[in-house]
Amino acid sequence: MRILHIFHKKSSGKLAKDRLKILLISDRINCSPEMMDMIKTDIAKVISKYMKIDAKSMEIQITKEAARGRMGKSPMLYANIPILDLHHETNRSTLC
Amino acid sequence: MSEVIVITSGKGGVGKTTTTANLGTGLAAMGKKVVMIDTDIGLRNLDVVMGLENRIVYNLVDVVEGKCRIKQALIKDKRYPGLYLMPSAQTRDKSAVNPAQMVKMIGSLREQFDYIILDCPAGIEQGFQNAIAGADRALVITTPEVSSIRDADRIIGLLSANEIERVDLVVNKLKIDMVRRGDMMSVGDVSDILAIPLIGIVPDDENVVIAANQGEPLVGNGTLAGRAYKNICCRVLGQETPFLNFERRISIWTKVTGIFHRSQGGVRV
Repeated sequence: MRILHIFHKKSSGKLAKDRLKILLISDRINCSPEMMDMIKTDIAKVISKYMKIDAKSMEIQITKEAARGRMGKSPMLYANIPILDLHHETNRSTLC
Repeated sequence: MSEVIVITSGKGGVGKTTTTANLGTGLAAMGKKVVMIDTDIGLRNLDVVMGLENRIVYNLVDVVEGKCRIKQALIKDKRYPGLYLMPSAQTRDKSAVNPAQMVKMIGSLREQFDYIILDCPAGIEQGFQNAIAGADRALVITTPEVSSIRDADRIIGLLSANEIERVDLVVNKLKIDMVRRGDMMSVGDVSDILAIPLIGIVPDDENVVIAANQGEPLVGNGTLAGRAYKNICCRVLGQETPFLNFERRISIWTKVTGIFHRSQGGVRV
């Protein structure tokens, strides 16, 4: 029983850390997780015009730490967008 | 060269006053001239934790309003040469003092003391603004719980917005056996999330309550918390001090309980 318990349930400490990580991102920039999602969707939409990206596994994150050294104290938006195909021919032709 | 340190946390009950009392006492025991200022107007507590509640004549608000000189409001702790307390007012509220008045008062204290330690009230309103106004650096206290970490993160942001560059973290009330079971965030988890330098780890220790009951700070005595606070004092002074190894203490214990667990057929994690 106890072994099953360990494998199936995430420890509450780990759960707390994961919840806080998400919560503090929205706290720090004073915007809700829903708004973060909207930003993410819009970024994906714009980039998709020029190249084929993996919108499902893209990640956006607001950090304040990395920003401190480079640009004073302003928070910074990081986006990790996996590119599937750099030459997105179909879209380029429609743009021209 | 004097240094003004504000002890803050956002959330109440995480150990700001206890940390102030122990840091102040510890630094005084190491030969520094220290004044602790209780900035929690309306809810003063540092005097009772220090066991100095019967000696209050004047308070912080009296000084700011010019009803007395700074020297008259300072209570000398007879147990340590060079340790003083400026109590807060109990019958007034936060608006009795403003940040400019705090800066001015701290300015005159700087001439006489090596360390000025400010015990900040909970919250982020005027009391907080008063406490951080004259500070050079801050110690942010948190427990490994979601509520206090969230508040600490907010406080760190506000300290940075108020141009307090040096901010260090104290993780308080750490329950080592809960961390071992995975039911409490570890110190590593907390400092990962908050991303500021760690200056102290204080284990959850019932001796803290006993010391407060007696009005006697426990810094430097043989208890786990007393040793942890002593180490914080050393680090504040800039001395490289290794963190206490709680794991080793546990391992002796687990050896004993391990035999018991095995006999039960349980799983050791």
